[in-house]
Amino acid sequence: MLDLLMRMFRTGSLTEPLPAPAELPTDVRGLQTELLAVLGRALCIRHVDAGSCNGCELEIHALNNPYYNLEGAGIRFVASPRHADLLLVTGPVSVNMEEALRRTYAATPDPKLVVAVGDCGACGGVFGESYASLGGVAKVIPVDVTVPGCPPSPVAILRGILAATRRASPRVQGL
Amino acid sequence: MPLPANVRGRRLLAPEREQWSGMAESMKAGGAGLLTLWGTDDRDRDGRFRIHAAYLLPNEVVLVEHPLPAGAATYPGLAPLFPVAARLQRATADLLGIAAEGGDARGWLQHGRWPEQAFPLRRDSAPVERVAESGPYPFVSVSGDGVHEIPVGPVHAGTIEPGHFRFSVVGEKVLRLEERLGYTHKGVAKRFEQLSQHEGHRLAARLSGDSAVAFSSAYCAALEAITGTALPPRAAALRALALERERIANHLGDLGALGNDAGFALGLTQFSRLKEDLLRANAEVLGARYLLDLVIPGGVATDLTEERKRVLVQQSFLLETAVLGLRSLYDEHPGLQDRFRDAGRLDLALAERLGAVGMAARASGIARDLRIDMPWPPYDRLAPTLVVQTAGDVAARVQLRFGEVVESLRLCRAMLEKLPDGAIRIEVPVAPPDRLGLGLIEGWRGPVLIALHSGEQGAIRRCHAHDPSWQNWPLLEHVILDNIVPDFPLINKSFNLSYSGHDG
Repeated sequence: MLDLLMRMFRTGSLTEPLPAPAELPTDVRGLQTELLAVLGRALCIRHVDAGSCNGCELEIHALNNPYYNLEGAGIRFVASPRHADLLLVTGPVSVNMEEALRRTYAATPDPKLVVAVGDCGACGGVFGESYASLGGVAKVIPVDVTVPGCPPSPVAILRGILAATRRASPRVQGL
Repeated sequence: MPLPANVRGRRLLAPEREQWSGMAESMKAGGAGLLTLWGTDDRDRDGRFRIHAAYLLPNEVVLVEHPLPAGAATYPGLAPLFPVAARLQRATADLLGIAAEGGDARGWLQHGRWPEQAFPLRRDSAPVERVAESGPYPFVSVSGDGVHEIPVGPVHAGTIEPGHFRFSVVGEKVLRLEERLGYTHKGVAKRFEQLSQHEGHRLAARLSGDSAVAFSSAYCAALEAITGTALPPRAAALRALALERERIANHLGDLGALGNDAGFALGLTQFSRLKEDLLRANAEVLGARYLLDLVIPGGVATDLTEERKRVLVQQSFLLETAVLGLRSLYDEHPGLQDRFRDAGRLDLALAERLGAVGMAARASGIARDLRIDMPWPPYDRLAPTLVVQTAGDVAARVQLRFGEVVESLRLCRAMLEKLPDGAIRIEVPVAPPDRLGLGLIEGWRGPVLIALHSGEQGAIRRCHAHDPSWQNWPLLEHVILDNIVPDFPLINKSFNLSYSGHDG
C-alpha cells in the first residue's frame, strides 16, 4: 500500500494543457465553459469502429492517458450510443459494418455530432472502395468534422472533437 | 523445391488429392502446426483452382500446394487434423468459391452483404453488387432449464474493434461461447492485386495497425526473397528495433488495460503513461508515433543518428526500471492476483490440440518463438532468450508480457550498441513474373505471414496475409467455459486478438 501511494506521489500530475487552435479556448476551464455553453453539460463520446485497422483506436486510447487526461476536461467515453453526444467513427466503413453504424447513429439522441477519424474515415484510405469497403464515413452517415492522419495523433483527434463542438454550436442550439 | 523466404522453407506439390491429405497427416505426425491456408484462381493458366497450406515445423516452414482437378471446386478439408483450418476454409469458400469437403458451410467473411454466388477473388469476377438486407446467422443454440443467451456486439462498450460474441449462460456461468467475426473485412486480398509490388507494404502495414511493423516487415521480406535482394545489415537491425518497440508498446498497453479490467485503475494510468513515453520517443527518433511507414522495400525510411541512439538507450533503462517496479506492484496485489489466477486457463494439451501460436501458446508452456527457432538477421546474432510460462491462465499471460517487455528492452539495447554502419536502403528490382515468396515474422501476438506471388511487370498476382489471431480466436471459445460472464473482458484482453488482422 505504501509503495502504491509513494508511486502516485512520485509520478505526480502529468497532464498537459489542451491544444489551442486559434479559434478555441486555451485552457481547460475555458474549454469546459464552452462545452457547457454548447451542450449544457459535459461531452459524452461513443466510439464506433466501422472497419478500422485498429491503428486509430490506439490513438483514441491514448486520449485517456494522463498526458491528455480527457476526462479531466469533462469529456468521457460512454458505453452506449444512447448516452452519447458525439460519435467518433474510425475506419473505412466495411459493408459488414454498415448496418451496425447506421443503427448506432439512429440510437444516438439528437442533437448529435459525428467526427470521422483517420484517412480511412475521411476517404477510405489505403483500402479505397470495393466489394467490401464503402469508403469514408460520410458515405453512410452525416459527418461534421474529419480528422485526417494515419493514424492521427491524439492531439489532432482532440482538435477534431473540439472543432466539431465549436462549429456545430449554432446548429446544436437551433435544434 | 526451395522456397524463397526470410526463414528456411520448402515448397511441395501435391498433384493428387490423396497426396494433399497424406502430406497433412505426415505433417501432423511430425509435430507441425498448420500456419495458414489459402486458395488461388489459376483458371486463366491451366483451368484450375489451387489450394495452398503452410505448415510450421520447429525449424522450417513447408508450403504444400494442390491443384484441384479441372472443373472441380472442392478439396479434402484439413479441419479434423488442424482445427484452425475450419475458419480458413470458410473464408476461402467465401472469397473464391472453392470449398472443403464436409466442413461448416456457413459464411464466415460473407455476411450476406454481397450475393452468394459472387466470389471476389475469382479473376473473372464482375464488379460485385451489394445486397441491402442480410438474413440471420444460424448460431448453434443451447437449450435446457434456465439457459439463456447474451448477444454482444458487433459494436462493443469500449474502444475496441467490432465482432459478435454469443454467450449461452446459466446464471453467470458460461456454457458456450460462439464467435462471429468478419465485420471488419475490407477486401485486403483483392486490394493487393490492384497495387504494384512496390506499393503493397503500405497495405500490409494496415492489416492490423498494432502489428504494422510485423506485417510490413513480412511483406518486404517476401518481396526481397523473390527478387534476390540482400537487405543491408543496418536496415535489418533497424527493422528489428522497430519490431521490438512495437512489441513493447503493445505489451505496455495491455498490461495497463489488464489491470484496469480487474479494477486496478492505477495500473492503466501508470502503463499508459509509459506507453506514451515510448511513442513520443518513436516520434522524436523514428519520425512517427506508430511506425506504419518505416519499413519499405529494400530497407527502412528513417535512419538513426548517434545522438538519437542515446535517447533510445536512456529511455530503455528508464522503462525497464519502471516496468520492474510495476511488476512487483502487480505481483503483490492480492485483489489483482485473485482476478488473474485461474481465469481463462488454457492448458498445454488444449493449446497443442487447437494449434495455439505466439504469445498465447508460450503462456501455456509451448516453447516456440520464430525469433529463436528460425532466426532471420539480426536475430541470428542477437540470440533472444525465450520467455515462457506454464499455467496458461490470465496471470501467466500477464507474467509473459512482463518477461517479454524486459527481454525486448534488452534486445533493443543490444541492437543499438552494435548497430552496423552502412546503407539503410537498397534498390529492389521488379520481381520476375510467377515467383512465390514468403515473409514470416514473429510479431508481438505471434507468427505473421505474407505469401507474395508476383504477376507481370511488377504487378501482384496474389498476396495472402495471415494474422496469428486466426489460430488464437477459437481458443477463447474454450477457455471461457465455466468462467463467469464478468470475467470475459479480462480473459479476452489477456489474449488481445486482432479483429482487423483476422477479417482482412
